[in-house]
Amino acid sequence: MAARKLNLKERYSLLTRDLDWEYSYRDKKEIFPYEDFEGIKITDWSKWEDPFRLTMDAYWKYQAEKEKKLYAIFDAFAQNNGQQNVTDARYINAIKVFLTGVSPLEYQAYSGYAHVGRQFSGVGARTACQMQSIDELRHVQTQVHAMSHYNKFFDGFQDFSHMHDRVWYLSVPKSFFDDARSAGPFEFMVAISFSFEYVLTNLLFVPFMSGAAYNGDMATVTFGFSAQSDEARHMTLGLEVIKFLLEQHPDNVPIVQRWIDKWFWRGTRLLAIVAMMMDYMLPNRVMSWKEAWEVYFEEAGGALFKDLARYGIEMPKYAATAIAEKDHISHQTWSTFYNYGHAAAFHTWMPDEKEMDWLSEKYPDTFDKYYRPRFEHWREKEQAGERFYNPTLPMLCNTCQIPMGFTEMDDPSLIAYRQSVYQGERYNFCSDGCKDIFDHEPEKYVQSWLPVHQIYQGNCGGADIEKVLSEYYRINMGKDNLDFHGSPDEARWNAWHNLESAEERLKKAG
Amino acid sequence: MSKVYMALQDNEEAHYLVEALEEDNPDVTVDYQPAMIRIENEDRLVLKRETVEEKMGRDWDLQSLHVNLVTIGGNVDETDDEFTLSWN
Amino acid sequence: MAVAAITPDYTGERLDRVENFHGNIVVYVGWDRHLMFCSPIAFATPPDTTFGKLQDEMIAGAYAQHPDFAKIDWEQVCWLLNGEPFTPDREATLAAQGVDHKSIIRMQTPGLEGIGGSHS
Repeated sequence: MAARKLNLKERYSLLTRDLDWEYSYRDKKEIFPYEDFEGIKITDWSKWEDPFRLTMDAYWKYQAEKEKKLYAIFDAFAQNNGQQNVTDARYINAIKVFLTGVSPLEYQAYSGYAHVGRQFSGVGARTACQMQSIDELRHVQTQVHAMSHYNKFFDGFQDFSHMHDRVWYLSVPKSFFDDARSAGPFEFMVAISFSFEYVLTNLLFVPFMSGAAYNGDMATVTFGFSAQSDEARHMTLGLEVIKFLLEQHPDNVPIVQRWIDKWFWRGTRLLAIVAMMMDYMLPNRVMSWKEAWEVYFEEAGGALFKDLARYGIEMPKYAATAIAEKDHISHQTWSTFYNYGHAAAFHTWMPDEKEMDWLSEKYPDTFDKYYRPRFEHWREKEQAGERFYNPTLPMLCNTCQIPMGFTEMDDPSLIAYRQSVYQGERYNFCSDGCKDIFDHEPEKYVQSWLPVHQIYQGNCGGADIEKVLSEYYRINMGKDNLDFHGSPDEARWNAWHNLESAEERLKKAG
Repeated sequence: MSKVYMALQDNEEAHYLVEALEEDNPDVTVDYQPAMIRIENEDRLVLKRETVEEKMGRDWDLQSLHVNLVTIGGNVDETDDEFTLSWN
Repeated sequence: MAVAAITPDYTGERLDRVENFHGNIVVYVGWDRHLMFCSPIAFATPPDTTFGKLQDEMIAGAYAQHPDFAKIDWEQVCWLLNGEPFTPDREATLAAQGVDHKSIIRMQTPGLEGIGGSHS
């Protein structure tokens, strides 16, 4: 009798579910010790649905195909001196932020999924996490490969993993993932698979990568979309996790809701840097941060939470604040990096007149009123040879670790201050969202490694800030940091394209 | 009513997928953005293997959709013959 | 609330307790509606620093670049300590007037509206 060809569901079942076994001589609790302590109740793991039904053989086949396409483009990009064909050397600074701030998170995700992929007693979840773990490792590798080409021609790429562990602003993404990975396995899944991958990563990978394409950066758009093609599977896993937890037991609903509230808020704070990349660091702009937020959070997230309402799940608690912040967040974040541009491993600059006009048009309610006068003042100072740098160290939020530059949404020119006193000690926050997270689990966040406090405690190589930056952070002073204008990056770019620097043009005009 | 969507890399193979999507989902909206194509529809979007094969003029494995997929929004259901996105 | 943790009665190490700052306390200073300085400032200073020194040296050193700074009428400044109205004593130390570790001092300068009236 000829063997009948198996269909997708049958193949999936045989190659995944049927590989599991019953534990006959060890207690299940001993094998899966992390499954209970978060209070999540699982009554039947076999109810786990796997919408993509991807088996390992198919997984390797399609991943290999993605890699072949990707490396063909990397080769072509390098062979054709692609670094010279981006719109403007300022753009490369967005890629520096990506390599130091985002790529190490892919590595953290790899490690996190490897861990939870071991800890779930349900085989469907284990298989999905295992694949995602391998995906994440692929992402960090392809990103490092892609950006290694830029490392040959631009400053600021050379020490990305060292910087990720130490540099003040990189403690924001690092602590975000440390928080998720040190939580239990179910919170990790709600944090990363659902709140981050499903609700928020589109904002990083879709409009920003489309923007990379629009700025001539084929290497980045290709790794971005190649990573994102795995992301569709990750997003589906995220949605599956949520539905599974909510269907398993009604007691899971309030726990999951709190995790959604927490991780949505942590995610929006983390994305402040992406907002800035989109509005300030792409010379050719596809869409504003605000527009991207409307499409990928308000519209897509709105549909998602409407779908989840049947389980009793509501929109994340501080969604309204996050929505109001879409008009401010990119400008406030860029202001922060402009203030501390001497302490960053990438360049900052003031937008030119045309770019300011674009911002005025895209942010009609806020840019001219709150931000443009400040930026024009800074531009005047720069033209007078007195580029503004903030000579101090900033106050940081104890939860998100971002400088306290976010304002009250009902009074946008006033910094938002929140404070808790826990066991006699003060803790300060940028928002209700960040304060709530602390108040719920203070024993976790009393451990925040706040870079400014660490400097003051003498743990970053002493009291001399110059030395902290150059030796502890390994920023090449005068090369990686400061304004784009006057940087070695700018000089090299101008030499490739026979351009004059802004300074030379001024001299001639004068 | 909520919109489901998918985005594909803008390449040769994706153009056939878009043609198939347009045929099987008459009200679909197709938006060409830099390097990607965003396809959205009210409530439901279905990609049928058979239609894609007809457009390409060759066999096509539905799971190879992953190679060109950028992102999706909606609940996924995948069989050998159809890939469906929907909201409840 | 306790942390949901695998170890019972989990507690975390307090990384920013005052003992770790070598005799200093951390004091934050913010100048309301002057967002050219993107966020409040963190200073580490001995608790016996006088308010006069904080104002004349530390605050002045930090904010001098702002075009409004020279226009401040210090008699008219409204101060807040951890969100409450506060009348500082220039001669007294920070510790003596309730400015403890990780306290926030805010200064409000009515009439000074920031760059181009934008509160920058």
